[in-house]
Amino acid sequence: MTNILAIERLTKTYDNGFVALKGVDLTIAQGEIFALLGPNGAGKTTLIGIVCGLVRATSGKVTVDGCDIAADYREARQKIGLVPQELATNQFETVLEAVRFSRGLFGKAPNPAHFERVLRDLSLWDKKDQRIGALSGGMKRRVLIAKALAHEPQILFLDEPTAGVDVELRRDMWEMVRRLREKGVTVILTTHYIEEAEDMADRIGVIAQGELILVEEKHALMRRLGQIRVTIGLTQKLDALPDHLSDLALDLTPDGMTLAFTQKGEDCDDRLGALLKTLVARGIEFRSVNSERSSLEDIFIDLVGRRR
Amino acid sequence: MNVYAIRAIYINELNRTWRTLYQSIASPVISTALYFVVFGSAIGSRMQAIDGVSYGAFIVPGLILLTVLTESVSNASFGIYLPRFLGTIYELLSAPISATEVIIGFVGAAATKSVILGLIIFATARLFVPFEVVHPVLAFLYLVLLSTTFALFGFILGLWADGFEKLNLIPMMVISPLTFLGGTFYSIDMLPGVWRQIALFNPIVYLIEGFRWTFYDIATLAPVISLALTLSLLAVCFAVVVWIFRTGYRLRN
Repeated sequence: MTNILAIERLTKTYDNGFVALKGVDLTIAQGEIFALLGPNGAGKTTLIGIVCGLVRATSGKVTVDGCDIAADYREARQKIGLVPQELATNQFETVLEAVRFSRGLFGKAPNPAHFERVLRDLSLWDKKDQRIGALSGGMKRRVLIAKALAHEPQILFLDEPTAGVDVELRRDMWEMVRRLREKGVTVILTTHYIEEAEDMADRIGVIAQGELILVEEKHALMRRLGQIRVTIGLTQKLDALPDHLSDLALDLTPDGMTLAFTQKGEDCDDRLGALLKTLVARGIEFRSVNSERSSLEDIFIDLVGRRR
Repeated sequence: MNVYAIRAIYINELNRTWRTLYQSIASPVISTALYFVVFGSAIGSRMQAIDGVSYGAFIVPGLILLTVLTESVSNASFGIYLPRFLGTIYELLSAPISATEVIIGFVGAAATKSVILGLIIFATARLFVPFEVVHPVLAFLYLVLLSTTFALFGFILGLWADGFEKLNLIPMMVISPLTFLGGTFYSIDMLPGVWRQIALFNPIVYLIEGFRWTFYDIATLAPVISLALTLSLLAVCFAVVVWIFRTGYRLRN
């Protein structure tokens, strides 16, 4: 798959001396959904800001579909749509005026059919003539997305798009992201809702203190850094772990009623199967088997925590 | 050139004017009309003609500029400051658009509004005092040039300001007094020696003199000086705005 975005040795030091990015390298494939995770102040918004032209990089190179963001800024920027973190809207414009303005800014002729499609997709069509100031916060967020999609970008940056929006809107947004991906649009998002990244993203990047400490395919990441905790509820109390189970690395809870083990990676079927066979063969009866998989959030907290 | 972007900014800015029609058009026109009533019709009839031009007619070019200059600065500064204040400037900065195109859009819209205002005030003046314009084409072109120059100056102000107070500071505390004292209501030849010399340091004097020359073919100072000063101011303002966009001053972090 071709790379739509390539970032090389990107650094940013602000005038006050704060180093926001320390030599970030990253490539994003066309059509993928990439989630950039990181604590506040990690450099997520700076990274997005540089790619979109809002922040000047101190050094490094960024190309969008082969176009340098500095030398070929017109071509590069035409391919990018940005939904900012803040609800920055002109309260006095109507929804349709705002979307039309955005498309014009990006150098494209008005396309009423596209406006209607985007506004209908975002449930904004019946509000197209309303002033933005009269809309709810969630609807304003939709307007920002509509504006970002007005010029049909190839890459969509969503900077904390679901912060402070209700569950229904969040669900609608992720449905829209899926539809965009089907059309070949690359989506790069930052979010505090890690379960969203877990649910949506193809790849995960974790940034901390200006450094990209991890970029990995989501399932590979879960396999490599995730773990599963399996607990088996027994029908009869065990006073101690039997000898024939001692080499299976099991824990026996103090009440003697539960056996447990922790398995690294996403899959523990083989180990669990072998254990259950052994229990049956030895006449140890059990009443329940539970497994709890660590979430991306656990992995994220672990990774970022280690950096502190 | 990103013509669609220029058009989008231009139309967006003019739409803002139509949304605030009373504040944008009616208010300055009414204020200027009051000047014509007081100084043109009431007091003007008791004043001597200046260089063969009745007093009421004499003050017309200055009064047009009084509004046009302050409105050009105010409108352009507000036009670019508003997106900075609201945070919507992100869209402008992330768009495939050059500094020149941004300037054409914003300054073009502000200048258009000022020219419209100037023409409305011109028409209003005709209701109160009779006068003829000797060089109408030059008068119109000079009005466009002055509107553009001061809109560009206002654009710089809007990029520099970090609050609404600063935004109003220059039009109210600098442009307006300088225009009042720049020969709107009198010829600088009417000033006593020292004050005349001091008045010559006021750049607005040259602009009003130049504009008045296009109306009545009378000038205390050579019109070419007015033109040269206006073009110089335009060039300096343009260079400053381009520098701001190139360096990202007050725009990009």
